[in-house]
Amino acid sequence: MLSLISFLAQAAGGADPTEGLAAIGAGIGYGTAAIGPGIGIGIVVGNAITAMARQPESAGMVRTTMFLGIAFTEALALIGFVVFILIKFA
Amino acid sequence: MNGILAAEAGGGGGLHFPPMSELVEWPGILFKGTPFEVNKVVLLMWASAAIVFLLFWTAGRAAASGRLVPTGVQTVVESGVEFVRKDIILQTMGPAGLGWTPFLVTMFFFIFVTNIWEVIPGIQFPVNARMALPAFLAILVWFIFNYIGIKAQGFGGYMKSMLFPPGVPKALLPLVALIEFISTIFVRPFSLAVRLFANMLAGHLLLVTFAVLCAALWTAAPVAVILPLPFIMLVLLTAFEILVAVLQAFIFTILAAVYIGGAMHPEH
Repeated sequence: MLSLISFLAQAAGGADPTEGLAAIGAGIGYGTAAIGPGIGIGIVVGNAITAMARQPESAGMVRTTMFLGIAFTEALALIGFVVFILIKFA
Repeated sequence: MNGILAAEAGGGGGLHFPPMSELVEWPGILFKGTPFEVNKVVLLMWASAAIVFLLFWTAGRAAASGRLVPTGVQTVVESGVEFVRKDIILQTMGPAGLGWTPFLVTMFFFIFVTNIWEVIPGIQFPVNARMALPAFLAILVWFIFNYIGIKAQGFGGYMKSMLFPPGVPKALLPLVALIEFISTIFVRPFSLAVRLFANMLAGHLLLVTFAVLCAALWTAAPVAVILPLPFIMLVLLTAFEILVAVLQAFIFTILAAVYIGGAMHPEH
């Protein structure tokens, strides 16, 4: 596994293996950071749809709250994206 | 995929993704070398402020002229105000928050206009893809909700309602207080700014990626047959980014409303 990573690092970064390692770390980091929010947003939206289907008259309130929930959940993925950009480019 | 790589190796066309600094850093236009350097992003920000101002000024003039049936700009502005009142303020702050309508409407329209530059042909850069404006807006909201909290509940009352939510077991209170403090004082403005910034930056990078792919395929003769695929994707993503521009303005405004509303009334 380690030798594979260092091989990939050299393939990605050319002469400088740390650059390649940073790229791999950034990619894995962002991918991992997207798992939780992906599941979380699925749960939020799924339950919101259930609520709207049961009580269509409260759809407006549910939608507002759903967007709030999505915004809070999504923040983690976005922080992961920013970290990815920082590792890769900064 | 092999075709693209072969075309790249052959030297004709090829896929050159521009470096990050080229995508988001713009050269100065005015006052170069001073801290007040003006570049494309600053100009766009000024333009957005002017557009929002003119929009409301025109609509206000039209409304003041006493016509009963709104037309043109007035319709847009009135439906925007109605949307912020009904779907943002009444849902999150209740009738007591209606005094915040001017602030939140301005914020919604300003963020929307600064975002929508992302898909305007020839400009195609969202102002919020640089951290400066989202950070400023988030700090503004931070100051406002803390000020309102202290004003409405007093310093002690605000701290008490912020740190000790009702219904928490006694043993857990110190831990909960610490978490609540960090989340309210530090995480709120940080996530508010990063949410807007990262969404717009990600959208910009997404559009750039597919535009670069289209441009590379245009010059790569043997594989140009798959050009429609990334092009369709680019068109769909542009539509998606319009949705994101509206949605992010909505989410930023609604979170500002939730924070200010939460500071006005202690939780029960």
